[in-house]
Amino acid sequence: MIQLSAVKKAFNQGRPNEYWALHGIDLAIEAGRVTALRGPSGSGKTTLLTLIGCLARPTSGRVRLRGEDISGLPERFLTEIRRQTFGFIFQQFNLIKGLSALENVILPAFPTGRPRAELVEKAEILFDQLKLGHRAAAKVEWLSGGEQQRVAIARALINDPAVIIADEPTANLDTALAREFMAILEGFTAAGKTVLLTSHDPLVVESSAVHRVVGMRDGRLVDA
Amino acid sequence: MLFQPAIIALLLASGLAVLMLAVAAPFAVQVIRRWDIASGSELQLALERRTYLFSTLLGFVFAAQLGALLLFVFTADRLSVMFVGAMCAVGTLNVNGYGFAALLTQIGVFFLAAMWLTINHADSQARDYPLVRLKYGLLLVLLPLLAGSFWLELQYFRGLKANVITSCCGSLFSGEAKTIAGEASGLPAQPAILLFYAALTAAVAAALVHWRHAGRASGYVLAATSGGAFVAAITGILSFVSLYIYEHPHHHCPFCILKPEYDYQGYALYLPLFVATAAGLGAGALQPFARIPSLATSLPRLSARLAGVAAVGFSIFSVLASYFVLASRLRLLE
Amino acid sequence: MHPWLEKQRHLIDFTLAALARRKAKNIGLLAAYALLVFVLASLALFTQALRKEAGFVLAASPEVIVQRMVAGRHDLIPPGYLDKIGRLRGVQKKEGRLWGYYYDPVVSANYTFMARPAEEVASGSIMLGATLARARGLQLGNLISFRSYAGKLFSFKVAALLSPDSELLAADLVLLSEEDFRAFFDYPAGHYTDIALSVANPQEVRNIAAKLANALPDSRPILREEVLRTYQSIFDWREGIVLTVLAGAILAFALLAWDKASGLSAEEKREIGILKAIGWETGDVIRMKLWEGVLVSLSAFLLGFVAAYIHVFYFGAAIFKPVLQGWAVLYPSFTLVPAVDGLQIATLAFFTIFPYSAAVLVPIWRAATTDPDAVMR
Repeated sequence: MIQLSAVKKAFNQGRPNEYWALHGIDLAIEAGRVTALRGPSGSGKTTLLTLIGCLARPTSGRVRLRGEDISGLPERFLTEIRRQTFGFIFQQFNLIKGLSALENVILPAFPTGRPRAELVEKAEILFDQLKLGHRAAAKVEWLSGGEQQRVAIARALINDPAVIIADEPTANLDTALAREFMAILEGFTAAGKTVLLTSHDPLVVESSAVHRVVGMRDGRLVDA
Repeated sequence: MLFQPAIIALLLASGLAVLMLAVAAPFAVQVIRRWDIASGSELQLALERRTYLFSTLLGFVFAAQLGALLLFVFTADRLSVMFVGAMCAVGTLNVNGYGFAALLTQIGVFFLAAMWLTINHADSQARDYPLVRLKYGLLLVLLPLLAGSFWLELQYFRGLKANVITSCCGSLFSGEAKTIAGEASGLPAQPAILLFYAALTAAVAAALVHWRHAGRASGYVLAATSGGAFVAAITGILSFVSLYIYEHPHHHCPFCILKPEYDYQGYALYLPLFVATAAGLGAGALQPFARIPSLATSLPRLSARLAGVAAVGFSIFSVLASYFVLASRLRLLE
Repeated sequence: MHPWLEKQRHLIDFTLAALARRKAKNIGLLAAYALLVFVLASLALFTQALRKEAGFVLAASPEVIVQRMVAGRHDLIPPGYLDKIGRLRGVQKKEGRLWGYYYDPVVSANYTFMARPAEEVASGSIMLGATLARARGLQLGNLISFRSYAGKLFSFKVAALLSPDSELLAADLVLLSEEDFRAFFDYPAGHYTDIALSVANPQEVRNIAAKLANALPDSRPILREEVLRTYQSIFDWREGIVLTVLAGAILAFALLAWDKASGLSAEEKREIGILKAIGWETGDVIRMKLWEGVLVSLSAFLLGFVAAYIHVFYFGAAIFKPVLQGWAVLYPSFTLVPAVDGLQIATLAFFTIFPYSAAVLVPIWRAATTDPDAVMR
C-alpha cells in the first residue's frame, strides 16, 4: 500500500538550528492491517506520520502510495490525495470549538462540494455506529474526552478513506476508553481499512488488534 | 487636472494595482530562477506557497481592472458637461489624445490578465506545474503594461481642464475653446453589418469546432476569430447597433447604451461580448502548451470548455444585438 | 446543484459561523469600516443632492445673462443699452432684470431682492423664500418692514411663499414689484442690473454670446451651461478636497484592516491548521477568507450607506453642511431631494472596498499557507 525508501526530513534547512528528524527510512505498510509506530517522544514517529499522510513532503527520498510516487507533488495535489485517501485522528483531537459535533464531522468534506444533505446523512450513520447520535447537535467543548475522540473518529471517516492515521490515540483516554478505542480499531480492520498509528501505550502496542509494531529511535527504525 | 472623486478613485485603484505587482515582481524573479519541482527543500516549499499569492493577486488586479473600466467610462460620461461640445463619454475621451489610448490599454490589460489567469488555471491542474517559469515571465511582461496603462490614465486626467468661468475674464471660453469631436463615427451601416455578422459567425463556428474537437489549430483560429469578432462587434455597435438603440440616425456612441435612459441595454451586450472574447483568447493562449505530457488530458478539456463559453457568449451577443435592431423604430436600410 | 456552487455555500456557511464565534473582534472592524463608508457616503450623497438642487435652479434661469463691465467691474445697465443689442436671431426674449442684496440686521443675513413685473407681484406686497419666512416668523398676509439703505422704512405684505422645490437658491429670495424695488434702493430710473436673454436652441447659445461680445465690447455674457459647469466643478472640487482630507482616514482604516487580518489569534491559527490537516487546500482557505472579506465589506457598506442616507436626507447632513454648502450667510435649512447616483456608489466602493481588499490580501495568503502538519507538532 505504502512504500518509503530512504526518506529523510530536515527542519530549518540551511540555518544554524538545522535539525534532521528522519535519517533515511525504508518501510512498507501493508494494506488492510494495523501498523503501530513505537518509540520515545522525539524519535520521529509523528514526522513520519505526516510524510505518509501527505501533510508534508520529505526533504529527500521517495514515498509511494499504491505504486505512485507522491514525494515530489505540490501541496495542492497532496491535499487532494490526503482528502481522498487518509483520515486523521489527532492526539489533541483538534476539533473546532464553537461548532457542533455534526459541523465538525462534515468539515473535511466541504472542499469536495458534496451537497450538505448528503453529508449530514453520512455523518448521522457514523454517529449511530459510534453511539454518539444523541450528541450530534452539542457543541464540541461540552463533550467528554471519550465523546470528543469519537467525534474526531467520525470526522476521519466522513470522506471514506482507505487509510486511517492516528497519532497517540489513547494518550488522553483512561483505560476503559482506551479499550473502547481498540474495539473501534478492530472494526476498521473488519471494514478493510489500513490503519497506521503511533503509540507508546502498552495497551495499544501489545493488543491483538495491532498486527505489526515498528520501533523508532532518533529518526531511524529499530527492532521492536 | 480635475479634482474629482471618481478620478481620484481611478488613479488610486490603478496606482495601487501597479504598486502591488511591482512589489511582487522580485518574488516572481526568484520563482523563475530557483524553481525546482523535484526538490523537497524548504525554499521550494516557500516558492510553491508564493504561487498562491500571485494567483490571488492577479485575480484581484483582474477584478479591479474590470471595475475600473466601468468606472472610467461612467466618469468620462459624467464629465462631459465640463467640456464645450462634449455630449457624452466620447467627447470627454477626446478632450486630449490620451483618453482613448487609456481606455484601449485598459481593455487590453483586462484581456491579457484573463489570458494569464487561464494559463495559470491550466498549469495548476498539472501535477508538475510545467508552465511555472513561463507564467512568471509573462507576469513580468504584464507589469510594464499595467504601469503604462496607469501612466496613460494619469496623463489623460492631468490634461483635463474644465471650461469654467474664472473671476477675471468671465465667459466666452465657449467661443474661443476649440470644439472637440463630441461624437464618434463609424463605418457606413451596410459594410459594418456585413462585417459584424461575418466575424461573429466565424467566431461562433470556430468556437463550436474547437468545442467538439479541441484541436490545436482550431484553438488558434478561435483566438484569432474571437479577437476579430470583438473588433467587429465594437465597430458594429458604433456603426449601427447603437443607432437603433438610440433611435437616432447620427448618435454613434458605444457608451450611452450603458445608461439608464436606454434601459442599461449596453450591459446585456458588453457582458457576453467581453466574457466570450476573454474565453476565446484564453483558449488560444493555451494551445502552445497542448503537447506538454502532464497537460495532455486536462488542457484540451479546459480549452474546449472555454470554447463552449465563447460560442454561447458570442451567440447571445449576436442574438441580442439583432433583437435590439429589429425591435427599434429606426430604419436605416430600406 | 453544481459542486462548485455547493462548495462556495459550504465556505460561506463556515465563514458565517466563524464570524459569529469571534463577534468582539469583528464588530470593531465592522464599526470602523461602516463609519468610513458613512462619512464618505454622506459626503457623496450631500454633494450630489446639492448638484441636483443647483440644476433645478438653473433649469429655470435664462440661457444667457449679459452684464456690463466698467473698469473690469460689474456695473449697471444704462438706459438704451437694451435697444443697442438689437435683434439677434435665435433670441426669443430679452429683458432687463433688477436685483440686489439687502442686509437684514434682525437675523444678520443677506437677502436677495429681485423685481418682478407688476402682474406677478403687486405694489406693496412681496413674495419670499420659505427659509427666510421661517427665520423671520412670517405667515401669509403678515406685514414686514425693512429699513432701506437710505434710512427710510418700507412696509410690505407677504403675498406668497416661494415653493421650496429649489430651496437652496430661493432660500433668501424676496420678490417685489419693479416700482417698489426702485423706490426701496433709490435705483436710478431706466437702469437695470443685468439683461436676461432666452434662447430656444441650445446650439445657438454660443454664437449669440459671441455676437453680443462683438456688438457690445463692454458687456460680459454669461451662459447658463457655463454656470452649470462651474457649479459642477466647484462641487466636485470641494468633494475632492474633503476626500483628500479624509485620505488619512482611509489609510488608517486600511492599516487597521491589515492589522486585524494579519494579527490572527492563536485560536484562529489553530483552526486554519486543523482545516488544512483534515483536507482543506490552501486555495480553499483563501477562498473562505475572501468570502469573509466580501461579507464584512457588504454589511459595512450597507450599514454605512443607509446611515449616511438617513443622515443626509433626514437630518440635513449636519456634519458636512458648513464645509460644502455655500457661502451665503443665511443657510437654508432645506430638506434635500433624495438623489442616489450609480457612479457615486461605484466611486464609494472603490474608496472603501478596494483599499480593504488590498490590505487584507497578503495577510490572508499568509494565514492560508500555514503548514498542514502544524497541528501535529
